[in-house]
Amino acid sequence: MGPSGSGKTTLLNLIGGLDTPTAGTIAVDGQRIDQLGAGDLARWRAATVGFVFQFYNLLPVLSAQRNVELPLLLTSLSAGERRRRALIALTLVGLADRASHKPKELSGGQEQRVAIARAIVSDPTLLVCDEPTGDLDRATAHEIMLLLQMLNREHGKTIVMVTHDPKAAEYAQRSLHLDKGTLAPAAATA
Amino acid sequence: MIHLVWAQLFRKKTRTVLTLLSVIIAFLLFGLLQAVQVAFESGADAADARRLLTTARYSIIEPLPMAHARVIERVPGVVGVASADWFGAKYQNESNAFAVFAVDPARYLDMYPEFRVPAAQREAFEATRTGAIAGRRLVERYGWTVGQKLPIASEIHAKTDGSLNWEFDLVGVLDAEDPAVQANTDMVLINVAYFDEARQSGRGKTGWYIVRIADSSQSRAISAEIDRMFANSPDETKTQPEKEFAIGFARQIGDIGALVTRILIAVFFTILLLTGNTMAQAIRERIPELAVLKTVGFSDRVVTLLVLGEALLLLALGAALGMLTAVSVLPALNGKTGGRFPPLFVDAETWLLAALITLALALVVGLPPAIRVGRLRIVDALAGHR
Repeated sequence: MGPSGSGKTTLLNLIGGLDTPTAGTIAVDGQRIDQLGAGDLARWRAATVGFVFQFYNLLPVLSAQRNVELPLLLTSLSAGERRRRALIALTLVGLADRASHKPKELSGGQEQRVAIARAIVSDPTLLVCDEPTGDLDRATAHEIMLLLQMLNREHGKTIVMVTHDPKAAEYAQRSLHLDKGTLAPAAATA
Repeated sequence: MIHLVWAQLFRKKTRTVLTLLSVIIAFLLFGLLQAVQVAFESGADAADARRLLTTARYSIIEPLPMAHARVIERVPGVVGVASADWFGAKYQNESNAFAVFAVDPARYLDMYPEFRVPAAQREAFEATRTGAIAGRRLVERYGWTVGQKLPIASEIHAKTDGSLNWEFDLVGVLDAEDPAVQANTDMVLINVAYFDEARQSGRGKTGWYIVRIADSSQSRAISAEIDRMFANSPDETKTQPEKEFAIGFARQIGDIGALVTRILIAVFFTILLLTGNTMAQAIRERIPELAVLKTVGFSDRVVTLLVLGEALLLLALGAALGMLTAVSVLPALNGKTGGRFPPLFVDAETWLLAALITLALALVVGLPPAIRVGRLRIVDALAGHR
């Protein structure tokens, strides 16, 4: 957590390998990702990290299932196997019946569920979530946080999330506060 | 991946369809104009590198003595000589609707092995002094049948009785397998033995000579030698390879090739601007989405190729549809001309050229946005979406 402009998203981008540091080092699960070239970093992201954004960032021209399949296009899986895995991921987030719907045909909460399905479809160990409930109403935000909690507890996903929302932060096992470039421990909640 | 490229391409259907239509029309125009150019140059394309044309030095309409043939035959490297004379045909009410040449049947047909005449009909042509053979397209156009009398008037040559009306016996049909050669069969050949004897004036003269040589690499030297043989005589000659002659003859109408090229450059330049603008606009709108692809692990190279693939798909689709439309309308156009124009068709070279133009346009149109997207920093692109 932290105030606007404190660098939460920048930190998240660095952890997720979307940005590279001008100084210092970044190690994720013991691997120095700051030393990887652009191609290796892309491969590392594909294998290790799933991303969930505040505004979902789904491709509007693709159905929910095709959106979820996107990370699998980089693998050697057959089209049938990609479809099967995408449907499993959609089932996990409770949206198997919306597989053929385009993003504009879904509610905000459903779009975020599709984004979460896309993030987990390649079975990454780390989920990086940037304000995942920032664009949702309270009830939907609660559902999304329960889903993330389930992925953490039942599927062993490590989730790093930045949020402004103290309610969302309550679901975290460990909370940190970022201000003026300094990370300070906050009280653990859930 | 193809599905992804296809879906992105048709993200804004109206814009893409309109751009596609303009590409289709450009390639339709390309297919049709190239067919016209090919038809005009069919004489040159069908030319045999081992054939030379000998005409009067200063004008093709000046006749040459038939005795030249024996002199030309003696030039080293020459293996055969045939002659042809312009008849100046007027059929029914149509002036010069087709060419009629007075030829020695055996020598002339030996000179053009690409022409097909059934053996029995060829024999009949050689044996019948008043015999004539006609190109298949002419026979179909006028509904002639082998065995009928062929009344043709001449605008140049009168018979000994002063009449310009001649009558021949149609004894055969001339055809060719190659469409480019077929364009050169729109003619009637008559027997020079009868023609020369029956005409009022100009006996012992012919229009031009067709000379077969043994080695095409010697064409210049042999041409010069033939012309040297008649230098400073009353009937000086000009000899040149058949292809040069055909190109020069076609250019009497105008340089169709240059005209077609200029039109097509203008058309494709317009397409370049149009599709370039469409692609640039489409990519600009999708920067955050392309950043998402990079976020989930697509490398810079793959995203670059995706954008390039979109440009290629748009142009290839338009080019294929445009060319296929051209191919499908050409038979109807050929029907409309009633055979008065050489057959129009899209040849393999035109298809190859269309493919190369498509590739070049795709690179010019697609590379700038593709490279830009490839270099895109994910965080900057995503920032515009937050």
